[in-house]
Amino acid sequence: MASLQRVFGKNAAYLLIGPAAIWLAVFFLFPMLSLLTTSLSDPATGSPINGYTLTWRIGNYVEALGDYWPYMARSLMYAGIATLMCLVLGYVLAYAIAFKAGRWKTVMLVLVIAPFFTSFLVRTLSWKLILADNGFIVNTLQTLHILGEDGRLLATPFAVIMGLTYNFLPFTILPLYTSLEKIDPKLNEAAADLYASPFQRFTKVIWPLSLPGVVGGTLLTFIPATGDYINASLLGSPNTQMVGNKIQQLFTTSGDYPHAAALSVILMVIIVAMVMFYVRRAGTEELL
Amino acid sequence: MSLADQARGDLKLTGLHKRYPNGFVAVESLDLVIPQGSFFALLGPSGCGKTTTLRMVAGLEEATKGTIHIGDEDITYAKPYKRPVNTVFQNYALFPHLTIAENVAFGPKRRGAKDPASQVKEILALTELTEQAGKKPAQLSGGQQQRVALARAIINRPDVLLLDEPLGALDLKLRRAMQVELKRIQEEVGLTFVHVTHDQEEAMTMADTVAVMNKGRIEQMGAPYDLYTNPQTTFVANFLGRSNLIKGTVVGREGTGDDAVVKVDMHGTIATIKASKVHTDSDHGWVGIRPEKVLIQPAGEALDAPGAALSGAVVVDASYIGVSTDYTLRMPWGQEITCFEQNTGRRGGLIPVGTKVDVSWRPEFAFLLDSAQDVEAGLEED
Repeated sequence: MASLQRVFGKNAAYLLIGPAAIWLAVFFLFPMLSLLTTSLSDPATGSPINGYTLTWRIGNYVEALGDYWPYMARSLMYAGIATLMCLVLGYVLAYAIAFKAGRWKTVMLVLVIAPFFTSFLVRTLSWKLILADNGFIVNTLQTLHILGEDGRLLATPFAVIMGLTYNFLPFTILPLYTSLEKIDPKLNEAAADLYASPFQRFTKVIWPLSLPGVVGGTLLTFIPATGDYINASLLGSPNTQMVGNKIQQLFTTSGDYPHAAALSVILMVIIVAMVMFYVRRAGTEELL
Repeated sequence: MSLADQARGDLKLTGLHKRYPNGFVAVESLDLVIPQGSFFALLGPSGCGKTTTLRMVAGLEEATKGTIHIGDEDITYAKPYKRPVNTVFQNYALFPHLTIAENVAFGPKRRGAKDPASQVKEILALTELTEQAGKKPAQLSGGQQQRVALARAIINRPDVLLLDEPLGALDLKLRRAMQVELKRIQEEVGLTFVHVTHDQEEAMTMADTVAVMNKGRIEQMGAPYDLYTNPQTTFVANFLGRSNLIKGTVVGREGTGDDAVVKVDMHGTIATIKASKVHTDSDHGWVGIRPEKVLIQPAGEALDAPGAALSGAVVVDASYIGVSTDYTLRMPWGQEITCFEQNTGRRGGLIPVGTKVDVSWRPEFAFLLDSAQDVEAGLEED
């Protein structure tokens, strides 16, 4: 710090924060303000082309919540289930990579990240083919009578949740891996030496020490999954639409910016509230 | 206070053998009995198998062959969490998310103790950690962490406490203080301590019995004094302290019983060695003498030693260390030997480099080792 002050003068800290502060003001704060003002504008007097004027119309929020709460609830439920699935699958994999992979560690990590090399959209579209009504999987399940004669996977909640789980799994695995990898394997031995059974070693030592990864991973999954609309629109049906689909539809099809903005703000507030509560409960405030 | 009231007996290793999948034999058919309540040290260079032995006793490594008993109970294949054995790990392995009190209470809680608080309090007092009870391990100094590791293990009153290089991470001064501390605690609790270390001074200071390990075997075992004064192999002579080893030829054996001696010709001078310190049957051997037992005097002055003296040595180096001076002497046959001399002030200064000196020692301190053994064994590892 002392040497930085010599170069930048007394206000070194402010100068260093400057670029990031300007960036945030331009690319985060400004659009956010725009969204807020739009959400409080009268949809009747403005249009996407002519713009909106701020009339403090709180009614937008009441209407958005009243009309679209089922989408909101569905989003939270789908994202919640997908996050849980990601946590279970991701934990097992991250644990294996961190403690059991040996020389395959790097290869396995690359494989986790590999899907990012292709587009999110393309990968979701390919699931559409895999789960198609006359695809291999559906046919096999029908032959095995797990699925009925006219049973299907595509356009069901299953497909949407599976898509979410698949797409966000790496976001769960990487923070989990980082947390688990930092745990000294000697702690596991020490716990064994101190009469902890394998199950207790997990619950008393490994799990608590991996909590930062659990919290980080689930947040990185849950937040984008709640607002996601690609999976629901490609793998789902009108009955599985999530709040993201509704927002997208209000913005692009209906051109109803104020209600779309209000719905976005509601979603944001709900997520922030849930995250705060969750992080407090997990006792990992230092993450915020 | 004695924690060992219900301890069940000696730790007995029988034919214990460990071979890793890659073929490396870490421990070779080890037979060892460690009496209940003793402070036992396994001493050796890294890779000698001492840590593997410890881990097999702890159950963290499975024996390839052989058995481990505590008293009459066979624990060779018992799960680590079902053994009456606890370990103080090399880098302590304290649980970073738990407080000191919770770390110490970990073992008792796993064994179903309803309220270990009073027990924890007692152990924290014993290890002088009462004031740290509420802190996390990261807030403690190295010496305090070391004591937590110890407290966390002894609270369980194990039949055997294993210490894996417990002081290795501490600086020299703290290490010396902790050696005394550990010994005090061991005497107070009366548990069997098995201490693994590569620090010979540490092993000798603390242990009742030291076993010197090399290449998966025990080279020699005994009380520190016996090991030091009567090493049986060149490895022990070099690894435990330092030794001058001089080639000699046996020229005769005389006397019987306690008075029996062996006469050895060292480059023309006859040395007498007590038969109890002769560890070779062949005609050739290494005459061993500890550097601090070597007596020197400038040529022509009287040497305060009975028996023959070697003459014609030259001082080639003298390093003054305060309490003592290390002299390096070149013998007439070219070999360099070391002499540590206490700075009692008797000499009124150092013997200057280049001085011709006579060399001798009291015969009872010399030992004779097998000439087939590597004269440098135990040196390079240190």
